Amino acid sequence: MKLRGVITTSLAISAGLIVLLGALVPMDLLAALRTELLQWAVLVAGFAVLVGIVNLLVVHLAKIRNKKGSGYSLLLVVSLLASLVVAIFSTPQGTGSRLLFDGIIQPVEASLMALMSISLLYASMRLLRHRAGLLSIVFIATAVILLLGAAPLPFGEIDILHYVIAPFIEQVPVAAGARGILIGVALGALTTGLRILFGADRPYGGK
Amino acid sequence: MNLTGIAAIIIIIVTAGLMLLFTALHLRRPPAWRDIPAFTRLRRAVGLSVEDGTRLHFSLGRSSLVTPGSAASFAALSLLQKTAELTMVGDRPPVVSSGDSSLTILTQDTLHSAYQTAGAGSQYDPLSAQLTGLTPFSYAAGAIPLIRDEAVSGNVIMGHFGPEIILLTDAAERTNAFNVAAAADLPAQAVLYASAQNPLIGEELFASGAYFNAGPMHHASLRVQDILRWLIVAALVGGAIARLTGLL
Repeated sequence: MKLRGVITTSLAISAGLIVLLGALVPMDLLAALRTELLQWAVLVAGFAVLVGIVNLLVVHLAKIRNKKGSGYSLLLVVSLLASLVVAIFSTPQGTGSRLLFDGIIQPVEASLMALMSISLLYASMRLLRHRAGLLSIVFIATAVILLLGAAPLPFGEIDILHYVIAPFIEQVPVAAGARGILIGVALGALTTGLRILFGADRPYGGK
Repeated sequence: MNLTGIAAIIIIIVTAGLMLLFTALHLRRPPAWRDIPAFTRLRRAVGLSVEDGTRLHFSLGRSSLVTPGSAASFAALSLLQKTAELTMVGDRPPVVSSGDSSLTILTQDTLHSAYQTAGAGSQYDPLSAQLTGLTPFSYAAGAIPLIRDEAVSGNVIMGHFGPEIILLTDAAERTNAFNVAAAADLPAQAVLYASAQNPLIGEELFASGAYFNAGPMHHASLRVQDILRWLIVAALVGGAIARLTGLL
Protein backbone atom coordinates (compact mmCIF):
# COMPACT_ATOMS: atom_id res chain seq x y z
CA MET A 1 0.00 0.00 0.00
CA LYS A 2 1.30 3.48 -0.90
CA LEU A 3 1.79 6.20 1.74
CA ARG A 4 -1.44 7.95 0.65
CA GLY A 5 -3.31 4.68 1.15
CA VAL A 6 -1.82 4.20 4.61
CA ILE A 7 -2.82 7.72 5.66
CA THR A 8 -6.40 7.53 4.30
CA THR A 9 -6.91 4.06 5.80
CA SER A 10 -5.57 5.13 9.22
CA LEU A 11 -7.72 8.28 9.23
CA ALA A 12 -10.86 6.38 8.20
CA ILE A 13 -10.36 3.61 10.76
CA SER A 14 -9.56 6.07 13.57
CA ALA A 15 -12.61 8.23 12.78
CA GLY A 16 -14.84 5.15 12.59
CA LEU A 17 -13.57 3.81 15.92
CA ILE A 18 -13.98 7.17 17.69
CA VAL A 19 -17.56 7.56 16.42
CA LEU A 20 -18.41 3.98 17.41
CA LEU A 21 -16.86 4.24 20.88
CA GLY A 22 -18.39 7.70 21.37
CA ALA A 23 -21.84 6.21 20.79
CA LEU A 24 -21.31 3.28 23.18
CA VAL A 25 -18.88 4.33 25.92
CA PRO A 26 -20.12 7.10 28.26
CA MET A 27 -16.96 9.27 28.28
CA ASP A 28 -17.18 13.04 27.82
CA LEU A 29 -14.02 13.23 25.71
CA LEU A 30 -15.20 10.49 23.32
CA ALA A 31 -18.68 12.02 23.07
CA ALA A 32 -17.19 15.44 22.27
CA LEU A 33 -14.85 13.97 19.66
CA ARG A 34 -17.74 12.03 18.13
CA THR A 35 -19.93 15.14 17.87
CA GLU A 36 -17.05 17.08 16.31
CA LEU A 37 -16.37 14.34 13.74
CA LEU A 38 -20.05 14.03 12.85
CA GLN A 39 -20.23 17.80 12.34
CA TRP A 40 -17.23 17.57 10.01
CA ALA A 41 -19.00 14.75 8.16
CA VAL A 42 -22.10 16.92 7.70
CA LEU A 43 -19.91 19.76 6.38
CA VAL A 44 -18.09 17.45 3.97
CA ALA A 45 -21.43 15.95 2.85
CA GLY A 46 -22.69 19.50 2.18
CA PHE A 47 -19.63 20.24 0.05
CA ALA A 48 -20.10 16.86 -1.68
CA VAL A 49 -23.51 18.05 -2.91
CA LEU A 50 -21.75 20.87 -4.78
CA VAL A 51 -19.27 18.37 -6.26
CA GLY A 52 -22.20 16.12 -7.24
CA ILE A 53 -23.99 18.96 -9.01
CA VAL A 54 -20.81 19.80 -10.92
CA ASN A 55 -20.61 16.09 -11.89
CA LEU A 56 -24.23 16.20 -13.12
CA LEU A 57 -23.52 19.35 -15.12
CA VAL A 58 -20.33 17.99 -16.69
CA VAL A 59 -22.00 14.67 -17.65
CA HIS A 60 -24.85 16.45 -19.41
CA LEU A 61 -22.58 19.03 -21.08
CA ALA A 62 -20.61 16.07 -22.48
CA LYS A 63 -23.86 14.54 -23.77
CA ILE A 64 -24.78 17.84 -25.45
CA ARG A 65 -21.33 17.92 -27.11
CA ASN A 66 -21.72 14.30 -28.31
CA LYS A 67 -25.33 14.98 -29.45
CA LYS A 68 -26.39 11.85 -27.52
CA GLY A 69 -29.75 12.52 -25.87
CA SER A 70 -28.81 16.17 -26.18
CA GLY A 71 -32.39 17.53 -26.03
CA TYR A 72 -33.03 16.26 -22.51
CA SER A 73 -29.53 17.18 -21.39
CA LEU A 74 -29.94 20.73 -22.69
CA LEU A 75 -33.25 21.00 -20.85
CA LEU A 76 -31.58 19.75 -17.65
CA VAL A 77 -28.69 22.21 -17.89
CA VAL A 78 -30.99 25.16 -18.65
CA SER A 79 -33.35 24.17 -15.78
CA LEU A 80 -30.43 23.75 -13.39
CA LEU A 81 -29.02 27.18 -14.18
CA ALA A 82 -32.48 28.81 -14.12
CA SER A 83 -33.22 27.26 -10.69
CA LEU A 84 -29.85 28.50 -9.44
CA VAL A 85 -30.59 32.06 -10.64
CA VAL A 86 -34.09 32.00 -9.11
CA ALA A 87 -32.77 30.64 -5.78
CA ILE A 88 -30.01 33.28 -5.65
CA PHE A 89 -32.35 36.21 -6.35
CA SER A 90 -35.44 35.10 -4.42
CA THR A 91 -33.61 33.10 -1.64
CA PRO A 92 -34.38 29.36 -1.18
CA GLN A 93 -37.52 30.20 0.87
CA GLY A 94 -38.68 33.02 -1.42
CA THR A 95 -41.70 33.17 -3.74
CA GLY A 96 -39.73 32.25 -6.86
CA SER A 97 -38.20 29.14 -5.29
CA ARG A 98 -41.57 28.10 -3.86
CA LEU A 99 -43.21 28.55 -7.26
CA LEU A 100 -40.54 26.32 -8.81
CA PHE A 101 -41.05 23.68 -6.12
CA ASP A 102 -44.87 23.76 -6.02
CA GLY A 103 -45.38 24.27 -9.74
CA ILE A 104 -42.77 21.96 -11.27
CA ILE A 105 -40.87 19.68 -8.89
CA GLN A 106 -43.82 18.51 -6.78
CA PRO A 107 -46.19 17.74 -9.73
CA VAL A 108 -43.42 15.91 -11.61
CA GLU A 109 -42.58 13.78 -8.55
CA ALA A 110 -46.31 13.10 -8.02
CA SER A 111 -46.57 11.95 -11.65
CA LEU A 112 -43.64 9.60 -11.15
CA MET A 113 -45.36 8.27 -8.00
CA ALA A 114 -48.47 7.53 -10.09
CA LEU A 115 -46.31 5.87 -12.73
CA MET A 116 -44.82 3.75 -9.94
CA SER A 117 -48.26 2.41 -8.96
CA ILE A 118 -48.99 1.40 -12.55
CA SER A 119 -45.55 -0.23 -12.84
CA LEU A 120 -46.23 -2.16 -9.62
CA LEU A 121 -49.53 -3.46 -10.95
CA TYR A 122 -47.89 -4.46 -14.22
CA ALA A 123 -45.01 -6.16 -12.36
CA SER A 124 -47.46 -8.21 -10.27
CA MET A 125 -49.18 -9.37 -13.45
CA ARG A 126 -45.82 -10.30 -14.96
CA LEU A 127 -44.68 -12.18 -11.84
CA LEU A 128 -46.63 -15.34 -12.58
CA ARG A 129 -45.22 -15.43 -16.10
CA HIS A 130 -41.62 -14.97 -14.89
CA ARG A 131 -41.57 -17.10 -11.77
CA ALA A 132 -44.61 -19.32 -11.77
CA GLY A 133 -44.60 -21.16 -8.45
CA LEU A 134 -46.18 -21.47 -5.04
CA LEU A 135 -44.29 -18.49 -3.58
CA SER A 136 -45.44 -16.18 -6.38
CA ILE A 137 -49.06 -17.27 -5.87
CA VAL A 138 -48.76 -16.67 -2.10
CA PHE A 139 -47.19 -13.25 -2.78
CA ILE A 140 -50.00 -12.12 -5.09
CA ALA A 141 -52.78 -13.63 -2.94
CA THR A 142 -51.40 -11.85 0.17
CA ALA A 143 -51.19 -8.54 -1.69
CA VAL A 144 -54.78 -8.88 -2.96
CA ILE A 145 -56.15 -9.85 0.49
CA LEU A 146 -54.37 -6.95 2.24
CA LEU A 147 -55.52 -4.54 -0.46
CA LEU A 148 -59.14 -5.67 -0.20
CA GLY A 149 -58.88 -5.55 3.59
CA ALA A 150 -57.61 -1.96 3.63
CA ALA A 151 -59.04 -0.24 0.55
CA PRO A 152 -62.29 1.77 0.70
CA LEU A 153 -64.59 -0.39 -1.44
CA PRO A 154 -67.77 0.99 -3.13
CA PHE A 155 -69.98 -1.61 -1.43
CA GLY A 156 -68.40 -1.16 2.04
CA GLU A 157 -65.68 -3.15 3.73
CA ILE A 158 -65.65 -6.95 3.77
CA ASP A 159 -65.84 -7.68 7.51
CA ILE A 160 -63.97 -10.98 7.55
CA LEU A 161 -61.13 -9.53 5.48
CA HIS A 162 -61.02 -6.19 7.29
CA TYR A 163 -61.25 -7.44 10.89
CA VAL A 164 -59.93 -11.02 10.85
CA ILE A 165 -57.81 -12.14 7.91
CA ALA A 166 -55.89 -8.94 7.04
CA PRO A 167 -54.92 -8.13 10.68
CA PHE A 168 -53.86 -11.77 11.21
CA ILE A 169 -51.66 -11.73 8.09
CA GLU A 170 -50.12 -8.38 9.10
CA GLN A 171 -49.51 -9.29 12.74
CA VAL A 172 -48.32 -12.89 12.39
CA PRO A 173 -46.68 -14.01 9.11
CA VAL A 174 -45.82 -10.52 7.78
CA ALA A 175 -44.41 -9.27 11.10
CA ALA A 176 -42.42 -12.50 11.62
CA GLY A 177 -41.04 -12.48 8.07
CA ALA A 178 -40.18 -8.77 8.23
CA ARG A 179 -38.34 -9.23 11.54
CA GLY A 180 -36.42 -12.19 10.12
CA ILE A 181 -35.35 -10.16 7.08
CA LEU A 182 -34.44 -7.15 9.24
CA ILE A 183 -32.31 -9.31 11.57
CA GLY A 184 -30.46 -10.66 8.51
CA VAL A 185 -29.96 -7.13 7.14
CA ALA A 186 -28.77 -5.88 10.55
CA LEU A 187 -26.19 -8.69 10.80
CA GLY A 188 -25.02 -7.92 7.26
CA ALA A 189 -24.72 -4.22 8.11
CA LEU A 190 -22.75 -5.04 11.28
CA THR A 191 -20.19 -7.21 9.48
CA THR A 192 -19.94 -4.68 6.62
CA GLY A 193 -19.17 -1.93 9.13
CA LEU A 194 -16.57 -4.08 10.88
CA ARG A 195 -14.87 -4.92 7.55
CA ILE A 196 -14.46 -1.19 6.95
CA LEU A 197 -13.12 -0.69 10.50
CA PHE A 198 -10.63 -3.52 9.91
CA GLY A 199 -9.56 -1.87 6.65
CA ALA A 200 -10.55 -4.95 4.62
CA ASP A 201 -12.98 -2.83 2.55
CA ARG A 202 -11.55 0.53 1.57
CA PRO A 203 -14.10 2.38 -0.58
CA TYR A 204 -12.16 5.61 0.04
CA GLY A 205 -9.42 4.61 -2.41
CA GLY A 206 -6.93 3.27 0.08
CA LYS A 207 -5.60 0.54 -2.20
CA MET B 1 -23.29 2.60 30.79
CA ASN B 2 -26.76 1.12 30.28
CA LEU B 3 -27.57 -2.52 29.52
CA THR B 4 -28.15 -1.87 25.79
CA GLY B 5 -24.72 -0.25 25.47
CA ILE B 6 -23.01 -3.18 27.23
CA ALA B 7 -24.89 -5.69 25.04
CA ALA B 8 -23.93 -3.75 21.89
CA ILE B 9 -20.24 -3.69 22.88
CA ILE B 10 -20.28 -7.44 23.63
CA ILE B 11 -21.97 -8.22 20.28
CA ILE B 12 -19.47 -6.05 18.38
CA ILE B 13 -16.45 -7.57 20.17
CA VAL B 14 -17.70 -11.16 19.67
CA THR B 15 -18.49 -10.49 15.99
CA ALA B 16 -15.11 -8.83 15.40
CA GLY B 17 -13.28 -11.69 17.18
CA LEU B 18 -15.09 -14.34 15.16
CA MET B 19 -14.41 -12.49 11.92
CA LEU B 20 -10.68 -12.33 12.67
CA LEU B 21 -10.65 -16.01 13.68
CA PHE B 22 -12.43 -17.17 10.53
CA THR B 23 -10.26 -14.94 8.35
CA ALA B 24 -7.20 -16.71 9.77
CA LEU B 25 -8.82 -20.14 9.31
CA HIS B 26 -9.95 -19.28 5.76
CA LEU B 27 -6.32 -19.03 4.65
CA ARG B 28 -6.05 -22.79 5.24
CA ARG B 29 -9.49 -23.94 4.07
CA PRO B 30 -11.74 -21.71 1.91
CA PRO B 31 -15.46 -22.38 2.56
CA ALA B 32 -18.07 -23.48 0.03
CA TRP B 33 -21.40 -21.60 -0.06
CA ARG B 34 -24.87 -22.61 -1.18
CA ASP B 35 -25.72 -21.71 -4.75
CA ILE B 36 -27.48 -18.36 -5.20
CA PRO B 37 -28.66 -18.33 -8.85
CA ALA B 38 -28.57 -14.51 -9.08
CA PHE B 39 -24.80 -14.47 -8.37
CA THR B 40 -24.13 -17.35 -10.79
CA ARG B 41 -26.00 -15.47 -13.53
CA LEU B 42 -24.26 -12.20 -12.66
CA ARG B 43 -20.87 -13.89 -13.01
CA ARG B 44 -21.95 -15.17 -16.43
CA ALA B 45 -23.23 -11.68 -17.39
CA VAL B 46 -19.85 -10.19 -16.42
CA GLY B 47 -18.05 -12.67 -18.70
CA LEU B 48 -20.49 -12.05 -21.56
CA SER B 49 -20.16 -8.28 -21.31
CA VAL B 50 -16.38 -8.60 -21.70
CA GLU B 51 -16.75 -10.97 -24.65
CA ASP B 52 -19.31 -8.99 -26.65
CA GLY B 53 -17.92 -5.53 -25.88
CA THR B 54 -20.88 -4.28 -23.87
CA ARG B 55 -20.94 -2.78 -20.39
CA LEU B 56 -22.67 -3.31 -17.06
CA HIS B 57 -24.61 -0.55 -15.36
CA PHE B 58 -24.53 -0.34 -11.57
CA SER B 59 -27.16 1.62 -9.70
CA LEU B 60 -26.09 2.05 -6.08
CA GLY B 61 -29.12 3.73 -4.52
CA ARG B 62 -29.41 7.03 -2.71
CA SER B 63 -28.11 6.45 0.77
CA SER B 64 -26.07 9.18 2.40
CA LEU B 65 -22.92 7.87 4.06
CA VAL B 66 -23.97 9.21 7.46
CA THR B 67 -27.23 7.21 7.57
CA PRO B 68 -27.76 3.53 8.57
CA GLY B 69 -28.67 2.66 4.97
CA SER B 70 -25.04 3.22 3.96
CA ALA B 71 -24.12 -0.41 4.83
CA ALA B 72 -26.04 -1.59 1.76
CA SER B 73 -24.17 0.93 -0.38
CA PHE B 74 -20.80 -0.23 1.02
CA ALA B 75 -21.70 -3.86 0.22
CA ALA B 76 -22.61 -2.80 -3.32
CA LEU B 77 -19.33 -0.86 -3.62
CA SER B 78 -17.38 -4.06 -2.76
CA LEU B 79 -19.17 -5.88 -5.58
CA LEU B 80 -18.56 -2.94 -7.92
CA GLN B 81 -14.83 -2.99 -7.13
CA LYS B 82 -14.57 -6.72 -7.86
CA THR B 83 -16.70 -6.53 -11.00
CA ALA B 84 -14.81 -3.49 -12.30
CA GLU B 85 -11.51 -5.40 -11.91
CA LEU B 86 -13.00 -8.32 -13.89
CA THR B 87 -14.41 -6.16 -16.72
CA MET B 88 -11.37 -3.92 -17.05
CA VAL B 89 -10.05 -6.10 -19.88
CA GLY B 90 -13.21 -5.39 -21.92
CA ASP B 91 -13.84 -2.48 -24.29
CA ARG B 92 -16.40 -0.83 -22.05
CA PRO B 93 -15.90 -0.60 -18.29
CA PRO B 94 -18.99 -0.31 -16.05
CA VAL B 95 -20.99 2.86 -15.66
CA VAL B 96 -22.44 3.72 -12.25
CA SER B 97 -25.39 5.86 -11.19
CA SER B 98 -26.21 6.97 -7.66
CA GLY B 99 -28.58 9.33 -5.90
CA ASP B 100 -26.27 10.82 -3.30
CA SER B 101 -23.28 13.03 -3.98
CA SER B 102 -21.00 11.58 -1.28
CA LEU B 103 -21.78 8.09 -2.62
CA THR B 104 -20.89 9.31 -6.12
CA ILE B 105 -17.49 10.50 -4.87
CA LEU B 106 -16.86 7.12 -3.17
CA THR B 107 -17.92 5.36 -6.38
CA GLN B 108 -15.37 7.38 -8.35
CA ASP B 109 -12.72 6.43 -5.80
CA THR B 110 -13.72 2.75 -5.97
CA LEU B 111 -13.58 2.71 -9.78
CA HIS B 112 -10.26 4.55 -9.78
CA SER B 113 -8.90 2.04 -7.28
CA ALA B 114 -10.09 -0.88 -9.47
CA TYR B 115 -8.39 0.66 -12.54
CA GLN B 116 -5.15 1.09 -10.59
CA THR B 117 -5.31 -2.51 -9.30
CA ALA B 118 -5.68 -3.68 -12.91
CA GLY B 119 -2.72 -1.47 -13.93
CA ALA B 120 -4.88 0.79 -16.10
CA GLY B 121 -5.12 3.89 -13.93
CA SER B 122 -4.74 6.25 -16.90
CA GLN B 123 -7.87 4.85 -18.58
CA TYR B 124 -10.11 5.81 -15.67
CA ASP B 125 -12.92 8.20 -16.63
CA PRO B 126 -14.44 10.09 -13.66
CA LEU B 127 -17.68 10.53 -15.61
CA SER B 128 -18.34 6.78 -15.48
CA ALA B 129 -19.70 7.45 -11.98
CA GLN B 130 -22.68 9.78 -12.25
CA LEU B 131 -24.98 11.52 -9.81
CA THR B 132 -28.33 11.28 -11.60
CA GLY B 133 -30.55 13.10 -9.11
CA LEU B 134 -30.85 14.11 -5.48
CA THR B 135 -34.46 13.08 -4.76
CA PRO B 136 -35.67 9.44 -5.03
CA PHE B 137 -37.67 9.97 -8.21
CA SER B 138 -35.23 12.32 -9.94
CA TYR B 139 -32.48 9.77 -9.25
CA ALA B 140 -34.57 6.97 -10.78
CA ALA B 141 -35.59 9.15 -13.74
CA GLY B 142 -31.95 10.11 -14.35
CA ALA B 143 -30.73 6.50 -14.15
CA ILE B 144 -33.29 5.17 -16.68
CA PRO B 145 -31.43 6.54 -19.77
CA LEU B 146 -28.29 4.69 -18.61
CA ILE B 147 -30.31 1.43 -18.36
CA ARG B 148 -31.72 2.04 -21.87
CA ASP B 149 -28.26 2.68 -23.35
CA GLU B 150 -27.84 0.07 -26.08
CA ALA B 151 -24.28 -0.63 -24.96
CA VAL B 152 -25.51 -1.82 -21.55
CA SER B 153 -26.04 -5.58 -21.43
CA GLY B 154 -26.74 -5.94 -17.71
CA ASN B 155 -27.89 -3.94 -14.71
CA VAL B 156 -26.87 -4.41 -11.10
CA ILE B 157 -29.35 -2.44 -8.98
CA MET B 158 -28.06 -2.76 -5.45
CA GLY B 159 -27.99 -0.51 -2.38
CA HIS B 160 -30.46 1.54 -0.38
CA PHE B 161 -33.68 2.21 -2.27
CA GLY B 162 -37.35 2.87 -1.61
CA PRO B 163 -40.26 1.71 -3.75
CA GLU B 164 -38.92 3.87 -6.62
CA ILE B 165 -36.71 0.86 -7.42
CA ILE B 166 -39.66 -0.38 -9.52
CA LEU B 167 -38.93 2.34 -12.11
CA LEU B 168 -35.38 0.99 -12.51
CA THR B 169 -36.27 -2.73 -12.60
CA ASP B 170 -39.15 -2.02 -14.98
CA ALA B 171 -36.86 -0.11 -17.36
CA ALA B 172 -34.32 -2.97 -17.15
CA GLU B 173 -37.03 -5.54 -17.94
CA ARG B 174 -38.13 -3.57 -20.99
CA THR B 175 -34.65 -3.62 -22.49
CA ASN B 176 -34.47 -7.42 -22.03
CA ALA B 177 -31.06 -6.92 -20.43
CA PHE B 178 -29.89 -9.11 -17.56
CA ASN B 179 -30.69 -7.56 -14.19
CA VAL B 180 -30.03 -8.40 -10.57
CA ALA B 181 -31.53 -6.27 -7.80
CA ALA B 182 -31.16 -6.03 -4.04
CA ALA B 183 -32.16 -3.49 -1.41
CA ALA B 184 -31.92 -3.20 2.35
CA ASP B 185 -35.30 -1.49 2.69
CA LEU B 186 -38.31 -3.82 3.26
CA PRO B 187 -40.85 -2.16 0.90
CA ALA B 188 -38.19 -2.07 -1.81
CA GLN B 189 -37.51 -5.80 -1.32
CA ALA B 190 -41.22 -6.57 -1.76
CA VAL B 191 -41.28 -4.48 -4.93
CA LEU B 192 -38.18 -6.06 -6.41
CA TYR B 193 -39.40 -9.58 -5.64
CA ALA B 194 -42.29 -8.85 -8.01
CA SER B 195 -40.39 -6.88 -10.61
CA ALA B 196 -36.74 -7.96 -10.82
CA GLN B 197 -35.41 -10.80 -12.95
CA ASN B 198 -32.98 -11.91 -10.23
CA PRO B 199 -33.93 -10.51 -6.82
CA LEU B 200 -31.68 -10.88 -3.79
CA ILE B 201 -33.69 -10.95 -0.58
CA GLY B 202 -32.58 -9.88 2.91
CA GLU B 203 -28.99 -10.57 3.87
CA GLU B 204 -28.12 -11.98 0.41
CA LEU B 205 -27.20 -8.40 -0.52
CA PHE B 206 -24.34 -8.54 2.00
CA ALA B 207 -23.07 -11.90 0.66
CA SER B 208 -22.02 -10.50 -2.73
CA GLY B 209 -18.39 -9.94 -1.67
CA ALA B 210 -17.97 -13.56 -0.53
CA TYR B 211 -19.56 -14.94 -3.71
CA PHE B 212 -17.25 -12.80 -5.86
CA ASN B 213 -14.16 -13.66 -3.81
CA ALA B 214 -13.55 -10.11 -2.65
CA GLY B 215 -11.24 -11.42 0.08
CA PRO B 216 -11.03 -13.77 3.08
CA MET B 217 -12.69 -11.20 5.36
CA HIS B 218 -15.84 -11.35 3.20
CA HIS B 219 -15.99 -15.15 3.58
CA ALA B 220 -15.40 -14.81 7.31
CA SER B 221 -18.13 -12.20 7.73
CA LEU B 222 -20.64 -14.42 5.92
CA ARG B 223 -19.77 -17.34 8.18
CA VAL B 224 -20.11 -15.13 11.28
CA GLN B 225 -23.52 -13.91 10.06
CA ASP B 226 -24.66 -17.55 9.84
CA ILE B 227 -23.43 -18.28 13.38
CA LEU B 228 -25.05 -15.15 14.83
CA ARG B 229 -28.30 -15.93 13.03
CA TRP B 230 -28.42 -19.40 14.64
CA LEU B 231 -27.67 -17.85 18.04
CA ILE B 232 -30.54 -15.40 17.57
CA VAL B 233 -32.86 -18.24 16.48
CA ALA B 234 -31.85 -20.22 19.60
CA ALA B 235 -32.44 -17.18 21.81
CA LEU B 236 -35.87 -16.52 20.27
CA VAL B 237 -36.98 -20.16 20.58
CA GLY B 238 -35.51 -20.40 24.10
CA GLY B 239 -37.29 -17.19 25.11
CA ALA B 240 -40.60 -18.44 23.72
CA ILE B 241 -40.25 -21.77 25.55
CA ALA B 242 -39.29 -20.01 28.79
CA ARG B 243 -42.33 -17.73 28.44
CA LEU B 244 -44.62 -20.69 27.75
CA THR B 245 -43.34 -22.63 30.74
CA GLY B 246 -43.54 -19.62 33.02
CA LEU B 247 -39.80 -19.22 33.55
CA LEU B 248 -39.85 -15.66 32.16
